[in-house]
Amino acid sequence: MCFEWGPAEMLLCETLFARGPSCVFVVRRDQDIYMETLRKLFNESHGIFVGLQRCEEERAVRARNAQLIQVSKNYRSVIRACMEDMHQAAISARDSALHSQYSIQVSILSAMELIWNLCEILFVEAAPAGPLLLRLLDWVQLHICDVDNMVREVLSSENPSKHKLFWNVVDIFVLQGRMDEARHLLSKEAIANPTSMNMYKILDDLMKKMPVPSVGNTQTLTEMELKWQHWHEECQRYLQDGTFASSSHMESICKILLGDENAILEKKELMTTWYHFLVTRLLYSHPTVKPMELRFYAQSSMDMFLGEESSPEPLDTILMAAFEFELHQVIKECSVALSNWWFVAHLTDLLDHCKLLQSHNLYFGSNMREFLLLEYASGLFSHHSLWQLGVDYFDHCPEYGRVYLELHIERIPLNTEQKALKVLRICEQRQMHEQVRSICKIMAMKALRNNRLGSALSWSIRAKDAAFATLISDRFLKDYCERGRFSDLDLIDNLGPSMLLSDRLTFLGKYREFHRLYGEKRFSEAARLLLMLMTAHIAPCSFWMTLLTDALPLLEQKEVRMLRHAHLPESLRGLFQL
Amino acid sequence: MRAGTPDWPCLPARTAALAAAPSAVPRRSPSPRSQSGGAWQRREPCGAMEEVCARFVSQKISKARWRPLPVAALQPPDVFATGSWDNEDNRISIWSVGDVGSAGLNGEYQGEPQLLCDIRHNGDVMDMQFLDQERIVVASSTGSVTVFRHHQNSQTLSASHRWENAHCHADQYTACGGAACTGVICNNPEIVTVGEDGRINLFRADQKDAVRTIDNADSSTLHAVTFLRTTEVLTVNSIGQLKVWDFRQQRNEPAQIFSLTGERVPLHCVDRHPNQQHIVATGGQDGMLSIWDIRQGTMPVSLLNAHEAEMWEVHFHPSNPDHLFTCSEDGSLWHWDTSTDVSEKPSFLHQGGRSTAYFSHSTINQSVVSAWLSNDPTKDRMEITNLIPNQTLSVNTLDVLGPCLVYGTDAEAIYVNRQLFA
Repeated sequence: MCFEWGPAEMLLCETLFARGPSCVFVVRRDQDIYMETLRKLFNESHGIFVGLQRCEEERAVRARNAQLIQVSKNYRSVIRACMEDMHQAAISARDSALHSQYSIQVSILSAMELIWNLCEILFVEAAPAGPLLLRLLDWVQLHICDVDNMVREVLSSENPSKHKLFWNVVDIFVLQGRMDEARHLLSKEAIANPTSMNMYKILDDLMKKMPVPSVGNTQTLTEMELKWQHWHEECQRYLQDGTFASSSHMESICKILLGDENAILEKKELMTTWYHFLVTRLLYSHPTVKPMELRFYAQSSMDMFLGEESSPEPLDTILMAAFEFELHQVIKECSVALSNWWFVAHLTDLLDHCKLLQSHNLYFGSNMREFLLLEYASGLFSHHSLWQLGVDYFDHCPEYGRVYLELHIERIPLNTEQKALKVLRICEQRQMHEQVRSICKIMAMKALRNNRLGSALSWSIRAKDAAFATLISDRFLKDYCERGRFSDLDLIDNLGPSMLLSDRLTFLGKYREFHRLYGEKRFSEAARLLLMLMTAHIAPCSFWMTLLTDALPLLEQKEVRMLRHAHLPESLRGLFQL
Repeated sequence: MRAGTPDWPCLPARTAALAAAPSAVPRRSPSPRSQSGGAWQRREPCGAMEEVCARFVSQKISKARWRPLPVAALQPPDVFATGSWDNEDNRISIWSVGDVGSAGLNGEYQGEPQLLCDIRHNGDVMDMQFLDQERIVVASSTGSVTVFRHHQNSQTLSASHRWENAHCHADQYTACGGAACTGVICNNPEIVTVGEDGRINLFRADQKDAVRTIDNADSSTLHAVTFLRTTEVLTVNSIGQLKVWDFRQQRNEPAQIFSLTGERVPLHCVDRHPNQQHIVATGGQDGMLSIWDIRQGTMPVSLLNAHEAEMWEVHFHPSNPDHLFTCSEDGSLWHWDTSTDVSEKPSFLHQGGRSTAYFSHSTINQSVVSAWLSNDPTKDRMEITNLIPNQTLSVNTLDVLGPCLVYGTDAEAIYVNRQLFA
């Protein structure tokens, strides 16, 4: 076997030529960019990325914060939309291998959105103590979706309180802090079971009175803490008095309200994840938790939840790094766990705009954001179609972006003139003159080989390539010498100011004009022009013979005779040069 | 046109005349105002705040065309076709846009284009045109021209006819190498195609071979073609020439040649005024919009410095020719509106502010003619709007029919606006 590296691929072929046909393999590192559904993700996020780079920075901190939060939400909605599409594709896939591939992608996208959402809460929005808990509650509610199915099942049954999952649903509402919904369900139980009316009333009251951090700043943290302490003590009293002794379900709910870790841990299967456990714990024991304190609770929650049996998975490590506010660790873990640079590149860019990444210089000089963007964009360039997106990413990498772009853009295959025009426009807009010249030369040579002299000329005009224009003119003149007449008169007759691009081209245009004047029998003008051509020394040496031969019939014309005496020395000089 | 936005002073600046030619056509540089729209909102439901529906389709769109309406139709168009480019697997797709008021089947956003059917296409889709209600003619970068049929009862597409080597480079050493077919125009049953090989072909939809071929019609690439009259076509090429070809004449020479003054900037697109057959608009590689009067002279009547990069398509609105639309590589789509203010018209034509349908034909013609061919900026009342609030990648194609606009971009998205003149 032998192999050769490409920009993002490897070419593999067998060298032992056994009986059977030999194959060439293309080994692609990044399969993701070839998935059709993911292409939407790349295109939409490209739009958001470019918008973020271009939007003017707001002066006020709060407005800037709101702007960045909106960008983050846009990114997340793009991920969610892609997830839905992928889910649809998975459902409609008939091939089981394809189905599993799509399902894996759905779970990866879901994990990405989970991580991004947490980063948005902790880093972009930087929610302070108080609102932090509310955001974390929303986060958990959004990502544990099994609940909704269960809820729907229970609510749609005839007798909800007799449903076997009834208490599960009430518990999960309580665990997620959805007090109103829990109370609503409990009221159904109270109606069905009048004996527990007393207990229900007390529990309902407790749940109604539970203090939660307010959305606006209507109360300070200390006020909230005081109220919460009060409420906590009240719950404690009711529990110790044995009010809920006759109903184990209600008793466990009360214990949860008190933040009893064992009681919460009993509902492990309902919570399913350690971070849900963490948020519930915080809700019922430390609702005014400060961002910096999260790390302690996170570590202990994970240990308690996972216990001895299981070790943390990559997703768990990433989330833990986020709770510990180790930004670089988060990015590093994500880079390792995910197969493609999309996620880390865009997240890092956003965090960089939040001014959270210090210039953490990597050993080869560029910073982390630029490194990731360069990697991502290089991956895009290896795709036959997504290369156009890559250009904008390189534009926004101040140190190495331009160099990378110059190298990549030369390697794009130019199948049609239209594609060449687009690539050319990209190069011209960025003053990449070398690349402009080389692309125009390639296209002009192609055109010349296909005998499209007009196209070749238009490419050399675009590049202002005098040498090539000379080549084309020589070709025309050669054709004229061989055939005795000009081809492509529509081109030569209408050269206009582009004639001045090269001497040879000017000569060609003027020579054709001479022929036209001669044909129209305007001999004196023709003679003047011919003399001018001879004296201006723009004719190629090979053509002087032809010029002199053309002069012969003119000399016989009456109007021309008086001219020749005056200009004889000039013509003789030209003759001697031959 | 847009409620709440300030009036734009509509006097474009007059720039200096060109040095090259004596009777230079002055260039004007109008600047459009941006359509009011806040930060790009994802998935905004149609019919609500935003009139434009976007859909990301995982393929770069090179052409989009509305299906023509039956002659006496009253409803707006609801089906369009798109072609892709630069894919290993290019496709022709047919989409339908639902009514603005109704909800979709799965609760998807109203008005978002739904894919009806698609079919694989060999090579990039360079140009596309509906031949009639069911057939689409597609020009490919491989040099072939294919007629696809859309079967509406089964919602499928099939290739009904193909002219394989409609365009190719004749090389004396090797066999025919493919040359891209760059433009196609139809006038049922005739189809005219042009290509990078400088050839013009005239096909008939039901005939296997070309009815007429003009070899080496042009020494450069022909970029676009459109019908001038039933037997005459207009072509534009990459050395800035507009040529008129008459199929009734047997010789293979253009009937007329027009060219730009000054630099021979390639022209990429051409369109003829729907009613005034002597008014022609072309778009150039430098984003310049030129208006020509075919009856007189060999130079354009006006030059407007429009876009910052290649203008890919120019279209007069078929039923409201006061309106012109252009789209460009720089990512913008401009709507040029020369319809004069109602208050300007003489009072007897007012009729209490009702539509222009009641006005006499000659008055309309007069105002239209003076609008597009006018050379005097003091009399101009041209309103130009950029319909794209956040431009990124190139808008490759656009099509207008009735109140509906569809356009496709290199950002792999299709946009539909069904309330163009609201």
